[in-house]
Amino acid sequence: MAELAEVDDEQFAALKSAAEEGVQFDGLYAHYGREDYDRDPDAYAFGSPAGEHTKLDAEAFREAAESAPRYVSNWYYWERVVEGHGTPRRAFLRWLEGAPSDMRDESGLGVEDRYERLAAGTSREWGQLLVRTTVGDRGHRRYEVRHVDDEGAPLDDLDVHESPLDAREVAKYDPKGRYRPLKTAPSLQRGWAFTDLDGRDLYECVDAFYPATVANWYREREGALDVTHWEETAERQTGIYDVIDELDAEAVERIAATCCVDSQCLKRRQWDHDEDDEIDVPRGDGLFPCREPCSLVVAAARKWTTLEREESHSYEFELTPSEKEQLEELVDAVADNRVDEIREADVYEGANRYRTRYLREKLFDEDGNLAGVATERE
Amino acid sequence: MQALVIVAHGSHLNPDSSTPTYEHADTVRAVGAFDEVKTGFWKEEPSLREVLRTVESDDVYVVPFFVSEGYFTEEVIPRELRLDGWDVADWDSDGTSADHAVYTAADTGQRVHYCGPVGTHDSMTDVIVRRAESITGDPNVGDGFGLAVVGHGTERNENSAKAIEYHAERVRERGRFDEVQALYMDEEPEVDDVADYFESEDVVVVPLFVADGYHTQEDIPEDMGLTDDYRKGYDVPAEVDGHRIWYAGAVGTEPLMADVILERARDAGADVGDAVEVVRERTRKTEAAASGSSAAGD
Ligand code: SF4
Repeated sequence: MAELAEVDDEQFAALKSAAEEGVQFDGLYAHYGREDYDRDPDAYAFGSPAGEHTKLDAEAFREAAESAPRYVSNWYYWERVVEGHGTPRRAFLRWLEGAPSDMRDESGLGVEDRYERLAAGTSREWGQLLVRTTVGDRGHRRYEVRHVDDEGAPLDDLDVHESPLDAREVAKYDPKGRYRPLKTAPSLQRGWAFTDLDGRDLYECVDAFYPATVANWYREREGALDVTHWEETAERQTGIYDVIDELDAEAVERIAATCCVDSQCLKRRQWDHDEDDEIDVPRGDGLFPCREPCSLVVAAARKWTTLEREESHSYEFELTPSEKEQLEELVDAVADNRVDEIREADVYEGANRYRTRYLREKLFDEDGNLAGVATERE
Repeated sequence: MQALVIVAHGSHLNPDSSTPTYEHADTVRAVGAFDEVKTGFWKEEPSLREVLRTVESDDVYVVPFFVSEGYFTEEVIPRELRLDGWDVADWDSDGTSADHAVYTAADTGQRVHYCGPVGTHDSMTDVIVRRAESITGDPNVGDGFGLAVVGHGTERNENSAKAIEYHAERVRERGRFDEVQALYMDEEPEVDDVADYFESEDVVVVPLFVADGYHTQEDIPEDMGLTDDYRKGYDVPAEVDGHRIWYAGAVGTEPLMADVILERARDAGADVGDAVEVVRERTRKTEAAASGSSAAGD
């Protein structure tokens, strides 16, 4: 029997000893001793959706386990390898393979279904990450992370990393080599993969790409996300950021529309002006929540605070209709990060470099004043 | 379970600001003294607000990767970590003697052992000396050499100058270098006049900063006359008014800093086994590689 066994000896031994306390997990049931009137006090019981076996001696218990090996290795993986009940890490790993949360009443895939899918590899997106889970030897899951847009790329074409912390370097620069100060900006570079990770390393890797997103996602699904709204964050600031609570509600709304929409940040904004005063800007469709204005937003808000202190002036400029439109196109091109896409000779684009240089030649004086009109400052 | 969380300033603009923090975290992680090792930042992610929830341990040792006690260690970090009942008096510090105090984090319920900054720990003196060894490539450097410890002056933070003076005095007491002097960026004695403060021909200049950035790569090299334009870089050593100036760059990049972090946590009660000794040994081995980085520039 032993040489044909699909159940690993160590895992079986662990199950046998756990049976004394009683095991009930993901459809697996294992028990030793009397639990209710029709069970034998000195026997094992083993059950799975495939059937129940009772009044088993040790050998028969092993045979019963062999009839449902996936349930045994699945139990071992979650209860002896992953552990961490009530942690974001465990909840995330379970979510990755479509397993029901074991914290709450929730439907999910059964063990057999999951193993079928894991055999082929099952993938989920997390921001711009694609996380693929497979099941390896003895039920141990292995994880792979790559850019969503590299889904079908052969590994040979990718920079393969094994250390999850290499993700810090990958996440540091965008495809043009510029520093990414906001980790959840949708500007992850492509061309890399993290392979053969275990559960802990996978969590470490995802947390390096998108710090604290799993922890906050977990809190949110447990109904315990601690949102800090703008007003509280602004009032808490000291030092050079002390001033940002001056901004009025409209300015805060502009900030959310500027920084927090999906095109700029993959977090789903859950903070508002305050609890009773929602900001009327789309929150985004991201999987993971943003629970508080981030440091980038706070730092930018400081600049906007000082800018908003200025009074407006009337200036008089003469512009042709096309010049006015060109200025509008220029602002759009910068705001939408399109400048690099505009071809050098595409003079039909207002934000084209030649068009812009021409406009400057025509409209700016030698001090850089638009239409020769000096800027008025008190 | 126990976790180490190193908290640092970070930057929205400078990609290298976090590098020393990451490197020292990796060194500590590699010795396996903690179940978890994480970094958190004021300006990067995970933020100070959210770093605690990224570790599973109930006991978290928080070590500020800052040079001195002051605004960040006393106000910003405890506030952002939500340390319940934080009171700077619990540190009972004279400005350089903060040790640790224990609080509960209001959002996670973890026990947070909040340590004083790395910059004022006694073992920081060893790092300054090690930095001098690294930059000169001489493990016995001292004889015939002067050493300057450089920091901001009191303008920004009174305790910053105290930390500089504290370590300068401790290096002086060891009698290893012919002369030791504390110099400042915005007050007397000024780093600009470094040549006036030393008789020794060779002077090692060690800025007490945790990471390289504008001050250590642009300001100080230009102020001392190592270069007229930081973008062109500078020699190590560089000739200035008849002295050979060995400019070391930020002391925080020295691999031995990992030891200071560990000692801070150990002093606060973390069980680190023999990790302190192991790290001291390992960082000595990596020193040859580290001293290769001399001139700043791009
Ligand atoms: S505040 Fe939140 S949603 Fe807005 S940019 Fe920052 S992290 Fe993204």
